[in-house]
Amino acid sequence: MTTAATLPVIIPLIAAAAALVATRHLAIQRIVGITASTLLAAVSIWLLIAVDTEGTIVVAVGGWAPPLGIALVADRLAVLLLATASLALLAVLVYAVAQRATDEELGGFHAVYQILAAGVALALLTGDLFTLFVAFEIMLTASYVLLTHGSGGKSTRSALSYVVIGLVASALLLTAIALIYAVAGTVNMADLSARLNDIPPGLRRGLGWMLFLVFGIKAAIFPLFFWLPDSYPLAPTPVTALFAGLLTKIGVYAILRTQTLLFPSDGPVTLMLIFAGLTMAVGVLGAIAQKDIKRILSFHIVSQIGYMIMGLAFFTVAGIAAAIVFTVHQIVVKASLFLVGGMVEESEGTGTIDSVDGVAHKSPVLAWLFLPAALSLAGFPPFSGFVGKLALIEAGFAVDGWVIIGVSLVVSVLTLFSMTKIWGGVFWGKPSSGTPRPIPLGMIVPTAALVIVGLVIAIGAEPLVEYAERAANDLMDPATYRNWVLGVVQ
Amino acid sequence: MSWIIAVTAGLLFATGTYLILQRLLSRIIVGLGLIAHGANLVLLGSGGDPGSPPIVDATAPPAGYSDPLEQALVLTAIVITFGITAFLLALAYRSWTEMGSDEVEDDAEDRRIADLGTHRS
Repeated sequence: MTTAATLPVIIPLIAAAAALVATRHLAIQRIVGITASTLLAAVSIWLLIAVDTEGTIVVAVGGWAPPLGIALVADRLAVLLLATASLALLAVLVYAVAQRATDEELGGFHAVYQILAAGVALALLTGDLFTLFVAFEIMLTASYVLLTHGSGGKSTRSALSYVVIGLVASALLLTAIALIYAVAGTVNMADLSARLNDIPPGLRRGLGWMLFLVFGIKAAIFPLFFWLPDSYPLAPTPVTALFAGLLTKIGVYAILRTQTLLFPSDGPVTLMLIFAGLTMAVGVLGAIAQKDIKRILSFHIVSQIGYMIMGLAFFTVAGIAAAIVFTVHQIVVKASLFLVGGMVEESEGTGTIDSVDGVAHKSPVLAWLFLPAALSLAGFPPFSGFVGKLALIEAGFAVDGWVIIGVSLVVSVLTLFSMTKIWGGVFWGKPSSGTPRPIPLGMIVPTAALVIVGLVIAIGAEPLVEYAERAANDLMDPATYRNWVLGVVQ
Repeated sequence: MSWIIAVTAGLLFATGTYLILQRLLSRIIVGLGLIAHGANLVLLGSGGDPGSPPIVDATAPPAGYSDPLEQALVLTAIVITFGITAFLLALAYRSWTEMGSDEVEDDAEDRRIADLGTHRS
C-alpha cells in the first residue's frame, strides 16, 4: 500500500516512454497520454483520501531508510495539490487533443507532457532537498520543450529568455542546496529541520532567504516576475494554461514546504508581507495596462501569487490553511480562464480586446464559462476565490496585519475591474463582423469540467477549509514530520 | 571548503554574470555555463576536506573518510547542466537561422510602454 505513493511519478514516466516508442502513431500517443493522465488523477484522489484518513505515507526509495536514502513523503498538503494538479493535467490534455492545428500533432508532445506531469508529482512528493532540485529540473526542462516546440521567429527569442532565467534560478538553487549541505551535512528535509536548529541564527536566516529567493523566481514573486508575462502568452493555449495552473504553484509549494519545515518563524514575517503586497499590487497594475486576454491573465498569475505568500507570511495555522485553499482555487481557476481565452482566440482568430466584440452573442457558451471563473478570480462571493480571500483576511485580522489586508482588498477591486475590461471588451458589445469558427466539443467539455470543479470548491468550501487546516497543522509542526520520515524502518 | 575552490567558484560566478548581461546570445550561453560550473564547484566543496576513499572499514575511525555524497550530487548536477546547455545551444541555433542575428533586441512590449512615456513628456 505504501508503494502506491510512488505511482504518481511512475505512471507518467512509463507513459512518456510508451509515447516515445509510438512517435509515428498519433492515435496511440493520444490513448496512452489520456489513459495515463486518468490513472494519475485516480491514484492521486485515492491517495488524497487514504492520507487524510490513515495518515502520511512515507516511502524509502530503494529500501534505504531515511535519512540515508531518498524518501517520498505523501502528506496532506502534497496529496491535496497533487490531486488538484492531476485534474488540471487531465483537462488540459483533453483540450489539447481536441484543439485543431496545435503542436500536439508534432511528434513528442505527449511524451514531454507526461514527463512534465512526473516532474510535478516528484516535486510535490519528495522529502529530499536535492531530489526537489532534480524534480524542478525535470519539470522545467519539459516546460522549455513545450514552450519552444512548434514556435518560430519571435517566440523562439522570448522562450530563450524564459530558459535563461530558469537556468540562472536552477544554478542558484543548486548553490543554496550546496551551502545548506555544507553547514548541516544532509539533504533529507526531515533530518535538516532538526540539524538547522543548531546552526547560528544569522546563517540560518541567510540560507532561508536564499531558498526563498530561488523559489521566488520560479513562483514569480515581485521583483522577480518579469520573465512570466513575456513568455507565457506566446505558447499554445493548452501549454499556457498548464504553466499558469501548475508551474508557479509548485514554486509556491516549495516555498511553503521549505519555510515551514526548515526555517519556521515564530510570528509574521514583515519582509515576506512586503513582498506579498508588492507582488499583488504590481501584478494587477500590469494587468490593467494590457490589451490581450492572455497577457492580462498572465499578469494576474503574478498578482495572485502575492495572496499565497501573504498567507504564509502570517506564519499561523489559519494563514497557511488559507494559502493552501487559495492555491487549490488558483490552479483550477487560472487553468480554466486560459482555456476559455484560448477558445476565444480559436473562434475569433485573435485575443486582442479591441478587435473582438460581442462574443456573448455569438458563442454564449464561452461567456457562461468565462463569467464564473472571472468572478472567482476577483474573489466575488459566492465563488471559490471568495472562500480563499475570506480565509486570508480572517487570518490577517488575527495577527493585526491591517496594511496587507488593505492592499489585498484594493487589489481584489482592481482584479474585478480588469475582468470587467475583458468582459466588456470581448463578450459584450455589438458582435464584430465575421462568423466565428465553431469550437469542438472536446475543448468545451474539459473547460466546463474545470469550471465546475471551481464551483464545487466554492459550494463544498467547508470540507476543503477543514482539510487545509489539518494540512496547515501538520506543516506548523516539524517534529511530527520528522517522526513520520525518520521513524520509517524498511 | 578549500579556499582555492571558493575563490574559483566566485570568479566563475562573476565572469558568468558579466557574460549574461551581454547582448550576444552566444555570450549569454557561455555565461550560463560558467555560472553552472560555479554552482557545481560550490557543491563539490560542500563536503568538507578530502580524506581517504569512503570504502567502509569497521576498524578505521570514521573521521578520516572523504564525503562520498556530494560527489554523487555533483555528478547529477553536471549531467543536468550538460543536457540543458545542449538544448539551449540548439535553441540559439534555431533562433539564429530564423532571425539572422545573434543579438538579443529590446522587448517589444517594454519598448511600447517606454515610448508612451516619452511622447507624453
